[in-house]
Amino acid sequence: MSLDTAEVRAERAERSGSRAYLSLFKALGRGWIRDRSQIFFTILLPLMFMVLLASVFGSGDTAASRIVAVGDVAVLDGADPDAFTVVEAFDLDEALAMMRDGDADAAVVQDGATVRIYPSATNSTSGAIAEGKLSALVDDVNVEVLSAAAPGEPVLETEVEEADGGALRPIQYLAPGILAWGVAISGVFGAAGTIVDWKRDKLLRRLRLTPASVRTFLGAKVSVNLVVAVGQTAVFLAVAALGFGLQLSAWTWFAVPLVLLGTLAFLAIGVVIGGIAQTSPAAAGLSNLVTMPMAFVSGAFYPLALSPEWVQAISYLSPMRYLNEALQSVVVYGEPPSAVLPQIGFLAAFAAIVALVSWKTFKFDEL
Amino acid sequence: MDAAIEVADLRKTYRGRRTGEIRAVDGVSFRVERGEFFGILGPNGAGKTTTLEIVEGLRKPDSGTVRLLGRSPWPHSPELTGRLGVQLQASAFFEFLTAREQIETFAELYGATKSRAAEMLDLVGLAEHANVRCEKLSGGQQQRLSIACALVGDPELVFLDEPTAALDPQARRNLWDLMRSINAEGRTVVLTTHYMEEAEALCDRVAIMDAGKIRAVGTPAGFVRDLDAPTKVTVAAGQLSGERVRELAAGETVNADETAVVFETRDPRGLLTALASDGALEGLSVRTANLEDVFLHVTGREWRG
Ligand SMILES: Nc1ncnc2c1ncn2[C@@H]1O[C@H](COP(=O)(O)OP(=O)(O)OP(=O)(O)O)[C@@H](O)[C@H]1O
Ligand SMILES: [Mg+2]
Repeated sequence: MSLDTAEVRAERAERSGSRAYLSLFKALGRGWIRDRSQIFFTILLPLMFMVLLASVFGSGDTAASRIVAVGDVAVLDGADPDAFTVVEAFDLDEALAMMRDGDADAAVVQDGATVRIYPSATNSTSGAIAEGKLSALVDDVNVEVLSAAAPGEPVLETEVEEADGGALRPIQYLAPGILAWGVAISGVFGAAGTIVDWKRDKLLRRLRLTPASVRTFLGAKVSVNLVVAVGQTAVFLAVAALGFGLQLSAWTWFAVPLVLLGTLAFLAIGVVIGGIAQTSPAAAGLSNLVTMPMAFVSGAFYPLALSPEWVQAISYLSPMRYLNEALQSVVVYGEPPSAVLPQIGFLAAFAAIVALVSWKTFKFDEL
Repeated sequence: MDAAIEVADLRKTYRGRRTGEIRAVDGVSFRVERGEFFGILGPNGAGKTTTLEIVEGLRKPDSGTVRLLGRSPWPHSPELTGRLGVQLQASAFFEFLTAREQIETFAELYGATKSRAAEMLDLVGLAEHANVRCEKLSGGQQQRLSIACALVGDPELVFLDEPTAALDPQARRNLWDLMRSINAEGRTVVLTTHYMEEAEALCDRVAIMDAGKIRAVGTPAGFVRDLDAPTKVTVAAGQLSGERVRELAAGETVNADETAVVFETRDPRGLLTALASDGALEGLSVRTANLEDVFLHVTGREWRG
């Protein structure tokens, strides 16, 4: 007579449950490592974006602005040669042509007391920077003129201090954004693709008929994704620091829990997409449709501060924004985790809500 | 002891926007005893897979009850699934794993050893392909691997959904031997198939299914006996005179054309002896009634499986 008490049985079930978890984790992890496309999407693609964006933004704001002076532009006489490289053009058409070819950032015409600035539209970032610097130059000249006219009067002057200990080099704001985007695509594409695969190959149905529970299987799958996200973060930050001179703060380790939380939120989005899509191309298309715009409204590739207001407004709905902000705070500015509690709260709430929605709307019958 | 499977009045209707309602399973009842080799025979779309999926606990029926080894397959319980071995109609594997890794993972899920996994791989003739990735195996090899995965947990009750569908004739014969031996070890086997000869060769009892309903259940031999159909004996034309043909037919049906003479007889032994003594055995073939005739008889339709 066997004397299995409920306790003994529960203990045995628990032991076999954790063994099942480990073997599923191993099987899924192996599958992940052998899938070259996964390695490309999670590791190489974000690094490629970093190289690309670092070279695009890297030149823009450090070099001198290239100005075309049309005719005689007196205001440029006092310009700092480190800030402006001035060439002269015969007329405005010639200056505009130079800008179209990307040879100049702005054209300037001075007509008596009016200084007209034509910032480049071809190279809008450098154009905007040149415009800002020219306006500041005009202001300086005005101040000089005014103080000469009324020597006793004090004039208001602005002084810009570098608040965070040195100018932020492009890599410092690019790296957290690209990392947040990388975490997002591997989460969304990963979950959506996996679910569509399960619909096709019926693996989950087969596993439902083994003693392992579906919960164990899903747990193992999510664990693989979380481990991948941590690995992805480590590789990315290492390359950014060693290859691109990203300065890592002492709080950088806190990127790990942030990335884990972000991954949960993006996996949940991927589950919703996987529930809707029926084929792999559909899953990939929908995932793109969600992650691409999200990257642009979250400051992942382009500073939010420079984005239009409506983009900034939408960004409050995007989990990528909060992950980006939080990573930036702890990794770049070295703020303690307590400073990013609001971002953590939003990510957690977002993950919970989307997970709940996907759980409720998911058609398990299709698997 | 409880029966291995007891199913009462299962019904399942699929509702599709475009397809409308399909009554895939329409009032199915049957019982499988422990140790039995039970077959479900029917053409495409008969509802075999849907029935199996309901019995296994993968699908919920609209109505009806299922008892598996004395308990309900729903909700999922490890104690029950640990005693089942299942091969689904579509093979399902972990991506990018080799055959060995695949079956070892399943072995771990069932609490079986690595040596048991290796043994099963050998049993289905895949030992040489152990290090091949699943997606690179041929269709038939995948099917055999999926059967090995079904057996690795040492199940009491084995479900095989068209296990021989993608196999070449040699592999099919090998698998027949394998299925016979797993049944001989005392395991209950439930098999679905399109093949009449497979059901006849393997099954203790067969359920004939068509359009969501079980039309008849019985032993293959019993079906044929009950059908009481004549044996068809064919010889090449030109060996017998018309008069002799009429004499041998002895009042039973006979069809003759320019190539062959076909006797339908209830006394095949007497007829064959007479043909032999006439020396008229060229082009001889003897066809007794089989499940195909049974199918025609119970459904009123020609077999087109
Ligand atoms: N998931 C589903 N959704 C809608 N209809 C379905 C679904 N699965 C099966 N059917 C329909 O139910 C009917 C029975 O299908 P089932 O797969 O059970 O047949 P089967 O006997 O296993 O056929 P086969 O021999 O081709 O495997 C078919 O008409 C099929 O089109
Ligand atoms: Mg089927």
